[in-house]
Amino acid sequence: MKISAIITLKKDVLDPQGKVIHQALDGMGFKGIDEVRQGKYFEINVKENDPTKAKEIVEDMCKKLLANLVIEDYKIIGTQ
Amino acid sequence: MKSSVITFPGSNCDRDMDVALKKFGFKNKMVWHDDNELPKSDLVVLPGGFSYGDYLRCGSMAAKSKIMQSIINFAKSGGLVMGICNGFQILVETGLVPGVLLRNKYLEFICKNVFVKIDNKDNQYFKNLDKDVFEFHIAHNEGNYFCTNDQLKEIQDNNQVAIYYCNGDGNTDEKYNPNGSLNNIAGIFNKKKNVLGMMPHPERMIDKSLSGEDGSFFFKNLLNNIK
Repeated sequence: MKISAIITLKKDVLDPQGKVIHQALDGMGFKGIDEVRQGKYFEINVKENDPTKAKEIVEDMCKKLLANLVIEDYKIIGTQ
Repeated sequence: MKSSVITFPGSNCDRDMDVALKKFGFKNKMVWHDDNELPKSDLVVLPGGFSYGDYLRCGSMAAKSKIMQSIINFAKSGGLVMGICNGFQILVETGLVPGVLLRNKYLEFICKNVFVKIDNKDNQYFKNLDKDVFEFHIAHNEGNYFCTNDQLKEIQDNNQVAIYYCNGDGNTDEKYNPNGSLNNIAGIFNKKKNVLGMMPHPERMIDKSLSGEDGSFFFKNLLNNIK
């Protein structure tokens, strides 16, 4: 089963890459932007057919490796 | 005195550290990341470099490698563990020292000499040093130290800041901060002060004719402190 997870920087953590992307978009004419935050997206194919269990496995991965919880939040966003 | 330098795939300051430690009298062993057992050591060094290509987050993969469990146990039993640059990033990822290292504030790789001020000499690394300001080299893209407000309070209450970025006179004003690091922090201890993580490279300052000698003072003193 394929599980997707998104890792984003916590709100109070500075995201210099997001800022630069914001400036570039602004320079290209995309004027209506308040803020850009960059994150990471993972698709993980786990050998588990029960969606609840599969999500739990990926959540454990997020806690232990994929995210650093001092600065990042994770969100399991879907199953396939 | 016995030391061990850990080599991860992508480490590139491991041999510099080996040269530095041996020059000042350590009997050093190079240890591969995939080994299970740490040789008997008085000091373990996690060197600089780009372990695992800095994939995911700098140091995150190395922090989970086989040898790290022995190093975590060694550190928890009071053993001296020092992480330099990528080694510091690995230490924060293991949780042995608090906080994280973010991308430098102005998104540039910084490679230059800086001055750092030693804040706390009540530890094995810095006690008996006869000066407070040292010139070391930095070379990193992710050295912007950050931690939560609660962590910062704890760090300050326990005197865990090891070194601050400063100028040659020891002034720690924000303008001498090269990478946006919180409060100019360049290095951090764990609570017990046996684990030290720092971005600057003392091993690059061990020869007067090549760079400088402030690293020599540091290593000579460290050996004497451990003896």
